[in-house]
Amino acid sequence: MKLELRGITKRFGALVANDHIDLTVEAGEIHALLGENGAGKSTLMNVLYGLYQADGGEILLDDEVQHFAGPGDAMKAGIGMVHQHFMLIPVFTVAENVMLGHESTKAGGVLDLATARTKVREISDRFGFDVDPDALVEELPVGVQQRVEIIKALSRDARVLVFDEPTAVLTPQETDELMSIMRQLKESGTSIVFITHKLREVREVADRITVIRLGKVVGEASPTATNEELATLMVGRAVDLTVDKAPAKAGKPALVVQNLTVLDPLGNIVVDDVSFSVAEGEILAIAGVQGNGQTELTEALLGLQPRVLGEVSLDGKAIRGHSVRKILDVGVGFIPEDRTEDGLVGEFTIAENLMLDRADGAPFVRFGNIQRGALEDFAREKVAEFDVRTQGIDEPVRRLSGGNQQKVVLARELSRDLRLFVAAQPTRGVDVGSIEFIHKRIVATRDAGTPVIVVSTELDEVTALADNIMVMYRGRIVGIVPGDTPRSVLGLMMAGASGGSENPTAPTGEGAAA
Amino acid sequence: MSADRPESPQSEAQPAQPAKTADPAEAPEPSRWHNVFREITTGNAIISVLAVVLALIVGAVMIAFTNKDVQAASVYFFARPGDMLAAIWDSVAGAYSALFQGSIYNFRRPGFADGIKPFTETLTFATPLIAAGLGVALGFRVGLFNIGGRGQMLIAAALGGWVGFALDLPPVLHMVVALLVGIAGGALWAGIVGLLKARTGAHEVITTIMLNYVAFYLVSYWLREGFLKTPGSNNPKSPATKATAVFPDLLGPEYNLHFGFILVIAATVFAWWLLSRSNLGFKFRAVGENPNAARVAGISVKRMYVYAMLLSGGLIGLAGVNQVLGTTTSGFGAGIDSGIGFDAITVALLGRSRPWGVFIAGILFGAFKAGGFSMQAAEGVPIDIVLVVQSLIVLFIAAPPLVRAIFRLPSPDTVRRATPSVTKEVAAK
Repeated sequence: MKLELRGITKRFGALVANDHIDLTVEAGEIHALLGENGAGKSTLMNVLYGLYQADGGEILLDDEVQHFAGPGDAMKAGIGMVHQHFMLIPVFTVAENVMLGHESTKAGGVLDLATARTKVREISDRFGFDVDPDALVEELPVGVQQRVEIIKALSRDARVLVFDEPTAVLTPQETDELMSIMRQLKESGTSIVFITHKLREVREVADRITVIRLGKVVGEASPTATNEELATLMVGRAVDLTVDKAPAKAGKPALVVQNLTVLDPLGNIVVDDVSFSVAEGEILAIAGVQGNGQTELTEALLGLQPRVLGEVSLDGKAIRGHSVRKILDVGVGFIPEDRTEDGLVGEFTIAENLMLDRADGAPFVRFGNIQRGALEDFAREKVAEFDVRTQGIDEPVRRLSGGNQQKVVLARELSRDLRLFVAAQPTRGVDVGSIEFIHKRIVATRDAGTPVIVVSTELDEVTALADNIMVMYRGRIVGIVPGDTPRSVLGLMMAGASGGSENPTAPTGEGAAA
Repeated sequence: MSADRPESPQSEAQPAQPAKTADPAEAPEPSRWHNVFREITTGNAIISVLAVVLALIVGAVMIAFTNKDVQAASVYFFARPGDMLAAIWDSVAGAYSALFQGSIYNFRRPGFADGIKPFTETLTFATPLIAAGLGVALGFRVGLFNIGGRGQMLIAAALGGWVGFALDLPPVLHMVVALLVGIAGGALWAGIVGLLKARTGAHEVITTIMLNYVAFYLVSYWLREGFLKTPGSNNPKSPATKATAVFPDLLGPEYNLHFGFILVIAATVFAWWLLSRSNLGFKFRAVGENPNAARVAGISVKRMYVYAMLLSGGLIGLAGVNQVLGTTTSGFGAGIDSGIGFDAITVALLGRSRPWGVFIAGILFGAFKAGGFSMQAAEGVPIDIVLVVQSLIVLFIAAPPLVRAIFRLPSPDTVRRATPSVTKEVAAK
């Protein structure tokens, strides 16, 4: 089915989120919509899916003008959406999820599960999905859950499928499988809109690429364009995607972790007996698919996890079991994974957020009074140094973009004397321009001789920053490998296959620094 | 937008506009008045004011409905509608002017000194409301819902009152000791709640409600046969406060306004300093806005809960002491809190949990109390109407979208949702 958007305009108050966007997706085409966070991609797709009403422009399917009052209309017209966060009910089976919303019933209001099952099986066979209609969704791996979403859309005869950032939650292998599924769908005549900000995937699978910036279409590109060309289109200026870094001058091991085990509140082991060390002037990247214990590991280092066993020492002093305050005072800087939840107080101003973890004593507090002058000077200096784009230091951080919020966190943490820097997902939800900046600062911190831990689920980031890479799977260390390990090896390791030369459970102080 | 344009202060000052024009150099300065208007209309202060206005309007309808003249005229409404409209006007105007004259200034009395007396009454009524309102507001700012004002006031009044009637101390010292003991009593009573929450995670709404009962029956018992009992009397009532402990009158014996009002002004200044200038208040607000981020930043959330409850209880304790040393010095019963602990919640809500907002809201509620009596006396309007108006204020404050819809104010949600994407896009330039 051919999809055409003509002059779509969507305003929120004074803001124009979509400004006369034209987009044509031919039948059987994979059309990538590329743009930074906040460029207006999701708004455009929400307009297409009937979640928002456009202020101007029209939507055409096979040259017929459509009016969508809600997602129901869009679905009926043949538009399906695979959301980034799956819209599935975990305790329902695949078949139940697929029929949800348009349940067919037999006489007496009894659900007709058999039909749904047949439908799931039929679609699943057609594309080689290998999905059991009676499996509980919560027991399925993430990649398979995504297929359930696809089946759901296809079972409603979707002819245009929108994938909203589909690879964010997938392992590299699952991503590859998704790519081949998309190609198959395309063969069968389905039009696909593929929203992403990952350049590699776009070049791999897309037939055509439309780049959106600041709510406008800024250009089309062919999949043969280089990463740099695409990034330049996205950001509007030349972007250096490779991180410039000299070889690490690793010193003596600073952070030594031995046999660390973390239990969650239910008593499940989430980090299972891990041992590693990070040397001064070294970046250790912890790679792995989301939810394999990385979050809990970093939180345990910071004293944020209540049930931790094992030894953690920094510069020879044991820090396990200390309060967060004490650990911060020893010189540990921390960028939490979820900055809006754990890193910032949204209603606070930039200045207030910059003193959040230094609310006692010098330089910002004297005799219980906040030294507003000192704080404001400091905030102004940091806003300039870290290039935080804002209306002023009194702006609530809630109003900043993800990238600028992250710069505030970064500025706060790097302004203390650090003995260890832990950055969890430092560039998640951050625009390309800010990513470049944040990466540079992380490398600069390493070069100053501080041991750095970077946790990331993005392989691009891991390979760009790491001197050594530690891969985690199901709470265990799969292996610790040098930073230049090929992506394919890392991908296999992230799926649990031991690919590293290291013995996963041995204390690897020297090994990691080698 | 243009990539190589050097960053200038102007470009940073304009992120509200980027999507409108391609080149920010041509974008008009965002109108200052536009921003101010948005701030006021989407801000909370306007909602508070409009909630009061709305509540008064609904109150007017109820006054009209309950008025006998109006009811009589409604019978022949279709014959002579003018009669009913006039009756409505008379009842509403009469009631509200009585409310005004009972709470602000009475024009019927000769001379300013007599005319202004209602306003001093208003301030007297407002005094404990402000103190307790500050306590509740402080709790709100830390994310705690302290509805134990009643219990905290009772304990404070009992202990402070006991010092006031049982001990023999020199004049000023006696008052200060009674005051401090009372405040400490309120603080500790609330501190129990803080400790329970920090140690066991018990929810403060449950524990404060339960401690209200404990305090009420404890004080009742003390009044009947404990240390608060008046010797030789069977009334569950304490002896009168000794003159050495009573708050001095501010404007002479003609007026009821006493030293407590000065204390409450001081308490408001203290609360303001605490919340907006001190590092303890900074931590309080951080915990109130985002306890997760506070914890990650090394702030002990549990400790803040305990401190906040202590301070909240102390302020409410001030209200309790105010009752026994200032307002009811002839001895008190178990109803000495007169519902102020609950009214304080309304006051804190209306004042948006800002110390000076609470101060103003407290005076408004003091005016309702002072004026309510004269409204009943002069116009025969049931005093319950005043309670209805007070309750409606809370209802309207709790439903800002309703108030916005009625007055057709722009919703802050659209602004909020849109704003992040503005700056995100700006960040991309």
